[in-house]
Amino acid sequence: MEKRVMIKKGAEAELYRGEWLGRDVVFKRRVRKGYRNPDLDELIRSSRTSLESKLLGEAKRLGVPAPIVYFVDRSSHEIVMSRVPGTPVKNALSGMSSESIGVLFERIGEQVGRLHAGGTVHGDLTTSNMIICGGDVFFIDFGLGEYTRELEARGVDIHLMRRTLESSHNCCAKAAYAAFIKGYRRTMGSAADDVLARAAEVRLRGRYVDVER
Amino acid sequence: MGSVLYVLGIESTAHTFGCGVATSDGRVISNAKAEYTPKAGGIHPREASQHHASAAASTVSNALSAAGLTISQIDAVAFSTGPGLGPCLRTGATVARMLSLLSGKPLIPVNHCIAHIEVGRMCTGEEDPLVVYVSGGNTLVSAYSDGRYRIFGETLDVALGNCLDTFARALGLPHPGVPKLEVLADGGRSFIPLPYIVKGQDMSYSGLLTDAIRRSKDHDRSDLSLSLLEVAYGMLAEVAERALAHTEKPALLLTGGVARSRRLQRIMDAVCRDHGARFSVVPPDLAGDNGGMIAWTGYLAWREGITVDVEESYVKPKWRLDEVDVPWRRG
Repeated sequence: MEKRVMIKKGAEAELYRGEWLGRDVVFKRRVRKGYRNPDLDELIRSSRTSLESKLLGEAKRLGVPAPIVYFVDRSSHEIVMSRVPGTPVKNALSGMSSESIGVLFERIGEQVGRLHAGGTVHGDLTTSNMIICGGDVFFIDFGLGEYTRELEARGVDIHLMRRTLESSHNCCAKAAYAAFIKGYRRTMGSAADDVLARAAEVRLRGRYVDVER
Repeated sequence: MGSVLYVLGIESTAHTFGCGVATSDGRVISNAKAEYTPKAGGIHPREASQHHASAAASTVSNALSAAGLTISQIDAVAFSTGPGLGPCLRTGATVARMLSLLSGKPLIPVNHCIAHIEVGRMCTGEEDPLVVYVSGGNTLVSAYSDGRYRIFGETLDVALGNCLDTFARALGLPHPGVPKLEVLADGGRSFIPLPYIVKGQDMSYSGLLTDAIRRSKDHDRSDLSLSLLEVAYGMLAEVAERALAHTEKPALLLTGGVARSRRLQRIMDAVCRDHGARFSVVPPDLAGDNGGMIAWTGYLAWREGITVDVEESYVKPKWRLDEVDVPWRRG
């Protein structure tokens, strides 16, 4: 067995850093949830592990920085991928000027546009799932993603981005979201209009949301 | 101030007309309620409001006598301003306005969702928990940050309690349906895959409900109940777990009517143990809609100078949790 050190205990997976065939890697293992029915648990872990590994590869193919998948162990629901040494966007924002936050979110918007234009959605666009590394933004955690060109899935993706900004980074949410949209339009082109309209619609489905919000 | 202050609270967002009295030292000393039960189907807003109008006088007087007080000894009147059903809210607001005018005491607007959170914090002593609020009308995961309760995840369509109640009715189980579903589920043997829909931090229960009802014709009721509860609670647990990991709050508070579910409590407790967080749950008598929670939250707001003139005291059927400043949480 390789030597590994736990680096993060996330909500659905445990992350370990270690060496794999001489490479510096992260082992992402979806652990059993004792509170879930075993059949349901197995279903969720296997489908998300397999989907995530495929989408990580797809993201790279579309030119969106993401970890390289080296190996998928389906029996233990584990993905072995390259390590991205950097800072999650979530932790980087507090020390940044509003100008560089704008630049950053424009870049994030561009990348999300690439994912969407290429027929995928991320499914969980939170600032913990984006890592600033080597002058670019890497995307991780595709477990809730999908291969889809559907308006609905794209709209939900954009809605989630906005919601994360509002709930976790309220101070710069407006400007960051505006920059995100600017970047998104750049790579999505005219298709962006329909997606943004759908995102607005999804937002209104939330409980008691008024139009003027 | 020295002496204890008494705030009376009126609750009337949905099924329940409630009146409770809370004290400034953090106690709910009386909590009377009258519940509207539809003859068939779900809640009918007009009938519910008529029920509330006819139950108001006796409920208020029960609350006062249980507290050993008269209306003149009350220091302020709080009412559930929203979110909720318009006709029901207006009935409660009318009662509260009248009591305020009659006693000459200030009127305090209270957000119903915040009251569920605050009464939970008061009872459990948790200062800054991640909140999982589940009832017949609301399903959300929230945490305090920067002056307000922020929403991390919520249902995109029907509430969890509504989903379970509707399914229970489809099986012909009498109200309240959730405890009976849980008994059925205890006898379930095999898991039937149902739509498990988590979108980022949000949940969707409408497809789950439709599919469960559709399958009720040709599947074992116990198996189906087990599967529905597993999927419905599992989705909520997943969202709660992610919010806990993201916010790193030291505790989780389960509140709202569905917080009484033992099965849900066990699940949330397990989530907490996995993340080194404390698990706490609102006491059963303060879990469902009640006037006591409105009274206590009214006191917190009043202490910060929040009151409303009777002329301005409109109800707000769509008053979102994250639109409300909570100055008492500052500092």
